[in-house]
Amino acid sequence: MERQATISVEDNVVYCRGAWTLPNLSQLERGGRTLRWPDTTTILYDAGGVTAMDTGGALMLQQYIDGVPGNGQSTSLQGLKPEFEQLLKNLKGLVIQAGRDAAVHDVKWIDRLLRVIQSRQASAVRALAFIGESTVAIWRSIARPHSIRWKSLMRFVELDGVRALPITGLLTFLVGVVIAYQGAEQLRKFGTNIFIVDLVGISLLREIAPLIVAILIAGRSGSAYTAAIGTMKVTEELDAVRTLGISPMNLLVLPRALGLIIALPLLTVYADVVGVFGGMLIALGELNVSFVEFVTRFEEAVPVRHFLIGLGKAPFFAALIALVGCYQGFQIRGGVDDVGRHTTISVVQGIFLVIVFDAICSILLNWWDL
Amino acid sequence: MALATSLEPPVIEVSHVSTKLGQAVVHEDISLSIHRREIFGIAGGNGCGKTTLLREIIGLITPSAGTIRLFGLDSRRLEAGDGHPIHRRFGVMFQQGGLFSSLTLAENVAVPLREHTTVSESLIRDIVAAKIAMVELPPGSAAKYPNELSGGMRRRAALARALVMDPELLFLDEPTAGLDPIIATGFDKLVLSLKKLLGLTVVMVTHDLDSLWQITNRVAVLGQGKVLGVGTMQELFQSDDQYIRQYFQGERGRAAREQAAANIERREA
Repeated sequence: MERQATISVEDNVVYCRGAWTLPNLSQLERGGRTLRWPDTTTILYDAGGVTAMDTGGALMLQQYIDGVPGNGQSTSLQGLKPEFEQLLKNLKGLVIQAGRDAAVHDVKWIDRLLRVIQSRQASAVRALAFIGESTVAIWRSIARPHSIRWKSLMRFVELDGVRALPITGLLTFLVGVVIAYQGAEQLRKFGTNIFIVDLVGISLLREIAPLIVAILIAGRSGSAYTAAIGTMKVTEELDAVRTLGISPMNLLVLPRALGLIIALPLLTVYADVVGVFGGMLIALGELNVSFVEFVTRFEEAVPVRHFLIGLGKAPFFAALIALVGCYQGFQIRGGVDDVGRHTTISVVQGIFLVIVFDAICSILLNWWDL
Repeated sequence: MALATSLEPPVIEVSHVSTKLGQAVVHEDISLSIHRREIFGIAGGNGCGKTTLLREIIGLITPSAGTIRLFGLDSRRLEAGDGHPIHRRFGVMFQQGGLFSSLTLAENVAVPLREHTTVSESLIRDIVAAKIAMVELPPGSAAKYPNELSGGMRRRAALARALVMDPELLFLDEPTAGLDPIIATGFDKLVLSLKKLLGLTVVMVTHDLDSLWQITNRVAVLGQGKVLGVGTMQELFQSDDQYIRQYFQGERGRAAREQAAANIERREA
């Protein structure tokens, strides 16, 4: 196969030679740019030297004929082999039919903005509808506990609770260690070593342990919910569920939401214990606070309300994470690409909502002096 | 059309290919050759390894034994995505289309051009528009995403992408499965006209009897891991092999044949 293709001007005639095929086209484009177009009234193209031509080559020749000189000169083409002539003719018809710019369409920014606003509006309405629907479903199922799918619910308690024990344990242990270390430095300066108990106990029980667990679970389970439900949507399993007369809310959302509402508080308690234990170790090592001293002080210094406040937030975190995860799963419309996008959104929104909710709790509890 | 069987080397040469997937034997000593400018059908029952054979030919999976040559090159060297220039010489239309869901139809069609050539944006636009028109998709669909297209349109879009580099060889995996009869017939006609326009060699995996009768030059029937027969539809129709007879001479097979005969009559009249 020929490796060269040229376009050149000799005696006011444009000569096209060689293989006008895709691999050579960029070469031709460069060649055309440096060409001095003849200034005769009619530009004559001699394409007798063209040895091969494909769609790209034919369209490029057409572009040269149509536009490149652009001085209102007329053009004529001669010498093109009949089979290439036929190709050119066919393609000309096709491109005209398609309309030159229809293929790549440019969306004006205002249209894009309107589209974004419209889709935001629509998704807000859908979110609201989902919240309503799921709230009704949750209350209804609590009123009639026999309608809950206990088996599947317990599976989610296992998947999202039991299986998350190692990672939540490790993380909160480390966070306990970090807090104790940071506190130890300061407390030693004042000789108030024993206050390490207050620091570790209150901050972990009330805020940090529930928050860390919730963020971890938002990443771990929220994303899983979205991906699972989304994939079911893509593979039409969701449609099958609906047409079999089963409510997806009942089958997919409730077990996940209720399962997580059960699992997250349990994980939080576990995280409290492990985190405080981490703090205890550092207190012993850095500040010489023995375990007995630590536990004794803990009973006096950390009222049970801190533990309850931390624990009380957990089910709400769980509900937020599960509902966002499931909701994003249902929002998946298109293909595989959408699954990834909505999984990301689900995790980000889940964590966002958890932190916002936590902040609101802090403010309100502060007002009520708790 | 008379086929240049002996003069030119075959475009595809499958020799003594055996395939095992785990314990299951899919192919046992299969040999086939496909020549330039023919439409070659690969037929056979569900699960007889038609698609597996196709995937072996295009180098997506390696056969357990035997060799496959594509344009004279061992397909084992095609190992997906190493940018071998041979990738420009064939196009594949997958069963589900294999369109990239994050790109619009026009962008999907333009992918091979952007990856393998350095031509200007305006030429890419023209080529893409021409290919989209060639597969008879409305120009307005160019800006749509794959999930906004119907099944038939997705199939056509995948075909446009397979054709964008002007390949010599086109692979179609069940091109008409799941299409309504009108669109399926249109698709057959489209393949036929593209073959004429671009001088393509087409390899088509299908069990659509109408397609087989209407557009193929030769057909291979796979069954029980072997090639049960190769030939024109007329030859296969008269085959002695029991499976082939069952396959082509059933109720549907006869209807498809009559339909094809009627079409030929109409064309000649």
